[in-house]
Amino acid sequence: MMDFVWAVLVGGAICVIGQLMMDVGKLTPAHTMTILVIAGAVLDGISFGGVSLYDRFIDFAGAGATVPITSFGNALVHGATKELQDNGWIGILTGIFELTSAGITAAIVFSFLAALVARPRG
Amino acid sequence: MSFASRSKMKKVTPVQRDYQLLAQSIEPTRPIARNCMRAFIAGGAICFVGEALMKVFQRYFGFTEQTAGNPTVAVLILLSVILTAFGVYDKIAQWAGAGSAVPVTGFANSLCSAAIEHKSEGLVLGTGGNMFKLAGSVIVFGTVSAFAVGIVHWIIGIKG
Repeated sequence: MMDFVWAVLVGGAICVIGQLMMDVGKLTPAHTMTILVIAGAVLDGISFGGVSLYDRFIDFAGAGATVPITSFGNALVHGATKELQDNGWIGILTGIFELTSAGITAAIVFSFLAALVARPRG
Repeated sequence: MSFASRSKMKKVTPVQRDYQLLAQSIEPTRPIARNCMRAFIAGGAICFVGEALMKVFQRYFGFTEQTAGNPTVAVLILLSVILTAFGVYDKIAQWAGAGSAVPVTGFANSLCSAAIEHKSEGLVLGTGGNMFKLAGSVIVFGTVSAFAVGIVHWIIGIKG
């Protein structure tokens, strides 16, 4: 049950940070998302005791850490460092999309199918 | 005041500057506290659904805590695309602000709404060419920063 509490608190808090960047920082939504993704990537790059900061964050917050867009940056770095470990430097190029494939493929395929059937609005 | 408008202030004539100050003084203030409340509620609710999906995938489909993220994200994206296609997600987004934009569902919404919006220009040039019009920046900057982090890891040899 505490998993749900932390997921809601952490996920909600990340959304509040995004809202503050748009309202107080007066950034566009695109700039806000871009900065959040970069933040996720950098946090995953910092290892602490062999485990990356973002991984510790996921252990603690569950979906609160995997659902916000910051996890996209995290997954990109994770794929790259995993392949780097297994295959050497070429892994940085081959591994970046390894873990985000599910999200990107799902988004492209579902969006395309939706565009086939849906009518533009407004 | 943002960085952009501050740097613009340097090159304007006094009249323009006066106008900008006037426009600023009568610009409606954003209800920041209310927006943050809404962002928290909407974002928290989406993460709650995500956590529930993760638990289902772990319990009934044999995923581990680490691997349950992928199917969860895929299901959330499917839900978001369906809601976008019916025009519901945009209504939620107007209320929720960043609360519906920051979770991956907002990423899927930006792809899907661009894909549908440009359908009239044809499937190849419209839908295919414009699908990443809004989401492209996230992918480009995410990939470039992940590449940079990967290079740093390679150089200092942390290796994951």
